[in-house]
Amino acid sequence: MLAAIRRNRPAATTVLPELQSFATLPPDGLQAEFRRRLAQMGGKLIEPGPEPDRLAPARRMIAEAGITCSMVPQLPGNRAFDRAEPASLHDVDLAVLQASFAVAETGSVALRAADLGVNALGYLAQRLLVLVDPATIVENLHLAYSRPEFHDGHYLVLQTGPSATADIEGVLIHGAQGVRALTVLLAIP
Amino acid sequence: MKRVRVDHAEGRSHPIAPDGADPAREPQPRGAVIRGRRPVDHAEAAERFLAAPDHLSFHDKRLWDLREKRDRESHGIPEWEQLRQLASDIKEYALTRLDDLLEEFERNATANGVVVHWARDAAEHNRIVTDILRTHGATELVKSKSMLTEECGLRDHLQEAGVSVIETDLGERIQQLDNEDPSHVVVPAVHKLRSDVAAVFARTIGTDPGRDDPAYLAESQRMSNRPLILDARVGMTGANFLVADSGAVVVCTNEGNADLCASVPAVHIVSAGIEKIVPRTGDLGVFIRLLSRSALGSPITQYTSHFRGPRAGGEMHVILVDNGRSERLGAEEFWTSLKCIRCGACMNTCPVYRRSGGLSYGATYAGPIGLIIDPSFNRRKYSLLPYASTLNGSCTAVCPVKINIHEQILSWRRVMAEHHEPSMTKQISMKGASALLSRPSAYRAAVDGANAVLPHMPRFALYNPANAWGKGREIPQAPGQSFHAWFKARRRKP
Repeated sequence: MLAAIRRNRPAATTVLPELQSFATLPPDGLQAEFRRRLAQMGGKLIEPGPEPDRLAPARRMIAEAGITCSMVPQLPGNRAFDRAEPASLHDVDLAVLQASFAVAETGSVALRAADLGVNALGYLAQRLLVLVDPATIVENLHLAYSRPEFHDGHYLVLQTGPSATADIEGVLIHGAQGVRALTVLLAIP
Repeated sequence: MKRVRVDHAEGRSHPIAPDGADPAREPQPRGAVIRGRRPVDHAEAAERFLAAPDHLSFHDKRLWDLREKRDRESHGIPEWEQLRQLASDIKEYALTRLDDLLEEFERNATANGVVVHWARDAAEHNRIVTDILRTHGATELVKSKSMLTEECGLRDHLQEAGVSVIETDLGERIQQLDNEDPSHVVVPAVHKLRSDVAAVFARTIGTDPGRDDPAYLAESQRMSNRPLILDARVGMTGANFLVADSGAVVVCTNEGNADLCASVPAVHIVSAGIEKIVPRTGDLGVFIRLLSRSALGSPITQYTSHFRGPRAGGEMHVILVDNGRSERLGAEEFWTSLKCIRCGACMNTCPVYRRSGGLSYGATYAGPIGLIIDPSFNRRKYSLLPYASTLNGSCTAVCPVKINIHEQILSWRRVMAEHHEPSMTKQISMKGASALLSRPSAYRAAVDGANAVLPHMPRFALYNPANAWGKGREIPQAPGQSFHAWFKARRRKP
């Protein structure tokens, strides 16, 4: 196969272009852009509570949820799932996670295998609550892909809003095969 | 589940047709008739699509809506044209060093614990998949959408081997259950109306035949899929990109079904065409920014997933498939078609595609990109496809990796003419056209003549069967004055 490619490949005249960041936003504009894009992509945002308990809105959400698995020690769930068989997570209502970073341009949150605990948790749960440290928001995908997380670990997803489909007459439906809702809380645990 | 009118995924921001407008729905027009290796007659299938006004009008408007959303998103990025050039350059670089980059990918993926397989053709690919399934005693395969597995005929092959295949993407599942191919690379069931889907699901997954609400139909498919995914031992995805410097496989979906197929079963198989390779992780910034904006007019797909190795306790296989690609790489006029990232923008913008439906092409790849890829699989069978185009160049204008699609369509017509592939009727009218277009003065005389004659010509002269161009097309209103005559008149003025 490689021999066939070597025989047929065209002369290598194109130079690999230098990569640019195309960044233009001031640092204080990143959060507003992230919020705008997250909403466009169907994600929800809840505001942190007043000091001293910035996480109070997340606690309220967890208290009202059914079976909850959490990867955030400060926000415990009610189901232990360390190294669980993925299929055993089929009845999880809410998963609580902390993103590695976020992307303003697209409203995406980056979740690595280490952030998910069990990868399937991010897909079998009905809903996700994701904590994002505002200091980790990068402006665009060029800057996102310069991050070291893409060279470390076996899995990383840029998740943007909930799972969605419009395969029937273009009618947009949230909760296709993955989560039905994604809520972001811009706060540090 | 709720319905929201916002702009992302494949969704649209305004209704295209009022809900339940027509209770006595017209039957869905079916695709091209396939007769072995005999040339697929796109025009015949297109005529039947044109004769179904509800389907035609929805299809046309839905795809044009995607094109308009693509324009809006791309205009929001000042560096859009720079990104297209970067994407084209990166792909050309990668294709001219394909062997080295594939070896680099294999090294890095293997180091991460991935088993890398090489498949020269569809048969080898299908055999590798079957072997992996046998090793794990699997009789079911859950998979996400992959045009490559369509190309390889994997589903039929596995069915014969006693494995049941479950497509998990909603559109692809609809098409599987209706025993049809996908009609579009991104939205596989876009040629169907909700009533068509309701009929398929009532027959196959037991939905209420009286209910055609899309939210109900989608929820029913989600619920029928879930237990199959939970039970499966092996899952499969395609690949949008392979990254040489990290060994990563990148998969883009809106439904999250690819991640389910990869993260729940113990074994994850990836089918990837060798042309999917990009050299650097950083290159993904360029391609991910372009892909979903070009496809659907959204800034990104809901899920952009990067698989570098097996999940905890699992196994991951990547099958690198050639199936004619290395041969295409050696075709001077056509090798750049391998830059394609399968966004479907050329299909959404094409007037012929929007008015004939993807199944009319009778091939794995429909629309403008199909016209230049399909003939390389079978020149005789797809000999008529290069004529399913007006050569308006819109496909080339929207292509995010700058493939000169319409020029390659024209080149394929020349190849076909050299091999005497098209019908005599089409050849005669094409010869006439080429004689005119190659002599400017004769062309001008003919255009001036046409302006005088067209409005007075009887319909039978324009639309008789000897005029292949009149079939299924209305002749455009001829302007009162040609551009050349207008220019000459203007120039005389001081």
